Amino acid sequence: MMDQQLISTSFTINRKEYKVSVAPWSSLLDVMRETLDLTGTKKGCDHGQCGACTVLINGKRVLSCLTLAVMKEGAEITTIEGIAEDGKLHPLQQAFIDHDAFQCGYCTPGQICSAIGMLQEGKAQSRAEVKELMSGNLCRCGANTNIIDAIMEIKEGAAHA
Amino acid sequence: MHNFRYKAATSVSDAVVEVNQSAEGQFVAGGTNVLDLMKYFVAKPEVLVDVNPLNSLPVVSEYKEGVRLSAFATNADTAYHPIIEKRYPLLSKAILAGASAQIRNMATNGGNLLQRTRCYYFYDVNTPCNKREPGTGCSAIRGYNRMMAIMGTSEHCIAVFPSDMCVALAALGAVVNTDGMQGKREIPFADFHRLPGDHPEKDNNLLAGELITGIDLPAEGFAEHYAYLKLRDRNSYAFALVSVAVVFRLDGDLISEARIALGGIAHKPWRVLDAELYLQGKSATVDHFAAAAEIILQGAKTFEFNSFKPELARRAIIRCCKMALSPDTQLPGAQPSA
Ligand SMILES: Cc1cc2nc3c(=O)[nH]c(=O)nc-3n(C[C@H](O)[C@H](O)[C@H](O)COP(=O)(O)OP(=O)(O)OC[C@H]3O[C@@H](n4cnc5c(N)ncnc54)[C@H](O)[C@@H]3O)c2cc1C
Ligand code: SF4
Ligand code: FES
Ligand code: FES
Repeated sequence: MMDQQLISTSFTINRKEYKVSVAPWSSLLDVMRETLDLTGTKKGCDHGQCGACTVLINGKRVLSCLTLAVMKEGAEITTIEGIAEDGKLHPLQQAFIDHDAFQCGYCTPGQICSAIGMLQEGKAQSRAEVKELMSGNLCRCGANTNIIDAIMEIKEGAAHA
Repeated sequence: MHNFRYKAATSVSDAVVEVNQSAEGQFVAGGTNVLDLMKYFVAKPEVLVDVNPLNSLPVVSEYKEGVRLSAFATNADTAYHPIIEKRYPLLSKAILAGASAQIRNMATNGGNLLQRTRCYYFYDVNTPCNKREPGTGCSAIRGYNRMMAIMGTSEHCIAVFPSDMCVALAALGAVVNTDGMQGKREIPFADFHRLPGDHPEKDNNLLAGELITGIDLPAEGFAEHYAYLKLRDRNSYAFALVSVAVVFRLDGDLISEARIALGGIAHKPWRVLDAELYLQGKSATVDHFAAAAEIILQGAKTFEFNSFKPELARRAIIRCCKMALSPDTQLPGAQPSA
C-alpha cells in the first residue's frame, strides 16, 4: 500500500471520537473490524446482499461493507457495541433473547441495528410492513419468525408507552 | 479493491473537471453499485470523485408545474417525501419495491439511473461479456439467461436494466438534468437509457464525465389511479423478473389517458405508445387490458431459460392495470393484490 495515499479521517463511533489514517479503498466495515477492534459488526457477503454489516450512521441504518471510511468524515456511527446503556441491554437486545431470535447469532448485530433504524423511521405499522422493511437482513438459520416477534414486541410496547 | 485516488467534490464544476482529468474517473454517490462492482474488479476507476458534498439542494422542490428531485438525495428520502407520496405515489411505491431499506438509505437518485445490469456474466470477469469488454462476446445468449431481456435485445447483449425507480420515471415522463464539459442538458427519460445494439458497453446517452444534477417530474402525477407490481423470486429484496408500472386518468368508466412501463424485460424501461393509445377512450376492462398487453409484447424474443417471461409479463400487465383502478388495496413491497 502506498503510504502517501492514506487519508486522515475523523468520526465518532458509539460516542467515542476516532481519528484514523485510511486508504481510499478501505470499507468502514474493515476499518472498524481490522483497525479499531470493533468486531461486533459482522461481514456476511461484503456485497450489500445480507445486512450483517448494518450500522447506524447519523441515525440512519446503512451497510458498512458498501461504505468507504474516507466518505464518512465527521459522521456519528453507532454499532451493536454502542446500544446498551449503563450496563443495561437495549430493549431490542433483551427482546431478542426473550424470543429466542437467533441460533448462530451471526446476523443478530445487523438485525438489531436495522430494527433500531426501522423503528426510528416510523414507516412500518403492520407486521407485514415490518417484515417488508426488515427484508434487508437475511438470517441463514431461519430465525426470522422469532426476529419479527421480538421487534413487534418492542414496537407495540413503544406504541402503548 | 484495486488502488485508486479519492477526491471529495467541492462544486458541480469541480466534480466535472476532476472526473474528466482522468479517462478512468468515476463519480461515487451512495456507492452501493460502483463499490460493489469495484470489489469484483468490474469497475476500476483511477479516481473516485465523491459527489455527496454537492447534496445541498432540497430533496424535492417545486419546479414549473411539477417538481424537481435532487440527484444527490437518497432514494429513501425521495420515496418518503410528503410531496412525492401525495402527488407521485407511483414513484414512491416503485422506489420502495427496490433493494432494501438500508440500501435505499444510501442509494441516490442519480446513482439509481446509472446502476449497471445484474447479468451474472457481466459481474464475472472470467467470462466473455460485450458490455464489460466490448468484442469478447456475450456469455448470456447461450448461457443461463433466466433473468435476461425479451424485448429490444441485440446479438451482442441481452441484458436487462434492473432499476425499479426508473420504471416509474419512464411512466411519469421525467426529464433528466445534467451538467458537463459541454454545458447543461435536459434529457427526456425515453432518450436517457439505450438499447444494446452494437454498443452494449453504453447503458445510456450521458457524455463522458457528465453529471446528473436533478430529475424533473411533470405536473401530472396520476395520484388517483396508479400501481407498481414487481414479480421476483422472493417477495422482497430481489431484482424483478418482470415489473409493471401503470397509471390512468379516468373519465367515468372510460380511460382518458394510460401509461404502461415495464421493468425486467429490456435494456431500458419499456413503454409501447401504441398500447397506451389503444387504451385511450376505452372502458377499463380486463379484455382491453389484455389487448394492450398483446400489443406491448408483440415481437418478444425469448432464450433458453426465459421463455416464461412473455406470459408472466402479459399476466402482470393485466393484473397491474386492475390494481391501478383501486390503488388503496396495494400491498407492501409491490406484491400482487386482488
Ligand atoms: C443487494 C442489492 C440489491 C438491490 N436491489 C435493487 C432492486 O431490487 N431494485 C433496484 O432498482 N435497485 C436495486 N439495487 C441497486 C441500487 O438501487 C443501486 O445500487 C443504487 O440506486 C445506486 O445508487 P448509488 O447512489 O449508490 O450509486 P453509486 O454506486 O454511487 O454510483 C452508481 C453509478 O452512478 C454514477 N453516479 C452516481 N451519481 C451520479 C451523478 N449524480 N451523476 C453522474 N453519475 C453518477 C457513478 O459514477 C456510478 O457509475 C440493489 C443493490 C444491491 C447492492
Ligand atoms: S447479456 Fe450483456 S451484460 Fe450479459 S454477458 Fe451478454 S453482453 Fe455481457
Ligand atoms: S456484509 Fe454488508 S450486506 Fe452483507
Ligand atoms: S441466527 Fe444464524 S444467521 Fe441469523
